[in-house]
Amino acid sequence: MAITVAREPSAQGKRPPFGVKTREALIAAIWIAPAVAFVVVFLLYPVISTLWTSLFNFDSTEFVGLANFQKIFTSPGTLIVLRNNLIWLVLGTMATVALGLIIAVLVDRVRIESAAKAAIFIPMAISFVGAGVIWKFVYDYNAGGNQIGLLNAFITRLGFQPQAWLVGPGNNIALIVVYVWMWTGFCMVILSAALKGVPTDILEAARVDGAGELSIFFRIIVPMISPTIAVVATTMIINLLKIFDIVYVMTGGNFNTSVVAVEFYNQLLIFNDNGISSALAVVLLVAIVPIMIYNIRRFRIQEAQR
Amino acid sequence: MSGIGKNPASPADITTDIDLTSDKPSALAQPTTRTLTPRERLIRSVNDGLMTFLVVLIALIWSVPTFGLFISSFRPPVAIHSSGWWEGLVPPWHFTLENYQNVLKTQDFGTAFINSLIISIPGTIIPVLVAAFAAYAFAWMHFPGRDWIFLGIVALLVVPIQMTLIPILNLLTDAGLTGGFVGIWLAHTAYGLPFAIYLLRSFFGALPGDLMESARIDGASHLRIFFRILLPLAVPSLASLVIFQFMWVWNDLLVALVLLGGAPDHAPMTVAIANLVNSFGTNYEVLTAAAFISMALPLVIFFSLQRYFVRGILAGSVKG
Repeated sequence: MAITVAREPSAQGKRPPFGVKTREALIAAIWIAPAVAFVVVFLLYPVISTLWTSLFNFDSTEFVGLANFQKIFTSPGTLIVLRNNLIWLVLGTMATVALGLIIAVLVDRVRIESAAKAAIFIPMAISFVGAGVIWKFVYDYNAGGNQIGLLNAFITRLGFQPQAWLVGPGNNIALIVVYVWMWTGFCMVILSAALKGVPTDILEAARVDGAGELSIFFRIIVPMISPTIAVVATTMIINLLKIFDIVYVMTGGNFNTSVVAVEFYNQLLIFNDNGISSALAVVLLVAIVPIMIYNIRRFRIQEAQR
Repeated sequence: MSGIGKNPASPADITTDIDLTSDKPSALAQPTTRTLTPRERLIRSVNDGLMTFLVVLIALIWSVPTFGLFISSFRPPVAIHSSGWWEGLVPPWHFTLENYQNVLKTQDFGTAFINSLIISIPGTIIPVLVAAFAAYAFAWMHFPGRDWIFLGIVALLVVPIQMTLIPILNLLTDAGLTGGFVGIWLAHTAYGLPFAIYLLRSFFGALPGDLMESARIDGASHLRIFFRILLPLAVPSLASLVIFQFMWVWNDLLVALVLLGGAPDHAPMTVAIANLVNSFGTNYEVLTAAAFISMALPLVIFFSLQRYFVRGILAGSVKG
């Protein structure tokens, strides 16, 4: 570094007007300025503004304190919305991570690994909207006559009554299945990479000591890849908290399937209530803050290891 | 000498050889190296057969929904409404391109497709460029507050888009940009930046530091290093980011719905399809073809650039 400092001015032919450090800082400021400007104007300012708006009435003319939040947490309609988001969060995260891990372990042991992985991964490339249309053909319900939905055709063959999957009880689960279909591939790819990083000699030693495959899986592999599992799970949680498209496209939030993001959209553009919709967004942000803190901590630990 | 660039376990290194196309079994798949008794060998092959069966079954279950839509999109409207798509697989076949013609001509999905491109291409290029400059500065320049500013940007990675939509809508209205493409480009740039900067900084930071140092000693400016040394080296990482951002913008529904709200002539594929689902709940024949057209581009990109796609995913999340 000392060499760099000494040589730089001479390489430029003349002394810079400031010290080398100040000059470098100024240049850096120019390099990051566009990014910082975008982030401040379109992310940071809006977050602060929304926090502020959430304390006002529907057209932001009257300060109402925490009344919007009180409404959200007491009215039966939004309580169902919050409950649904919680169901999404818990079931969606567990299902994608668990399935992703199981499939990663399974495909690891077969010869058709790459083909199987691609098949499971493809839905990642499809939009939620496209997935919604795809799954309409799975869940389609016909009260009488020929079933054109795959699922109802299947269960009527087995002698059961056809079900209105997206309307009746359990419709939230039916929507979550679509998400799981789309995102299990993501979890699988990352967990599969982590599995390939587990050192052979440790597993070999366990096997020599007579450990069964199941106990090797739970006692060695899972603990060893737990940081990766945590990363995958947090990604899923962030996704699921903000879930919007699947619900919007498949049920429009009707039949007790609404989630916070859909309710936000309805309040904003259909009921024109800036106060409630801002408050709903704040609820999402507050729910995500622990993950934000966790991410920053993880990042700093990594940086410390550099 | 600073520690930058001396990171043996950076994501770029980890992920170089891991992708979907790799069939290399992991340590798990090689239970033991000693010779097996015939009985053990029998159990092993039965096990392998079971595993393969299970994996094939899972892969089939995963593929069937998409396959069903694909078949449906080629069936005549009457058939779509009266029988399941699997019945269309039995001869005599009645496949037709009618739905696709219908969608592109009468439903004007051609415009929506073009709109999607108009939104996605600048919505990808601008954030990647802006992020590349910032990531270079964060990785290779020294300035006060560098780590704090970077951490701040990483923190914004998780901000729910919903949190930002109302103020952005107001900002764009004040600037007279609502309903136009410029507003949505700017918004997508901002939404994409935190991840893009985070990913590119990891990639750039993993490049050999000696190279940069010696270029600096030789008097090369940052701009020169960036364009002559860094960008050529970073092509694979930029590719994975471009794919990500493109898919994200292409597949986005919420941002387009809110920011383009009253301008149907600017609506991208996702919005057009969502409108169709909502307004004609059972207008399946149009939906099938429309949905497939919207998937075509991401699927082509996915299959041709799978390697970069997976690399980006891994680098974005396999950390620590």
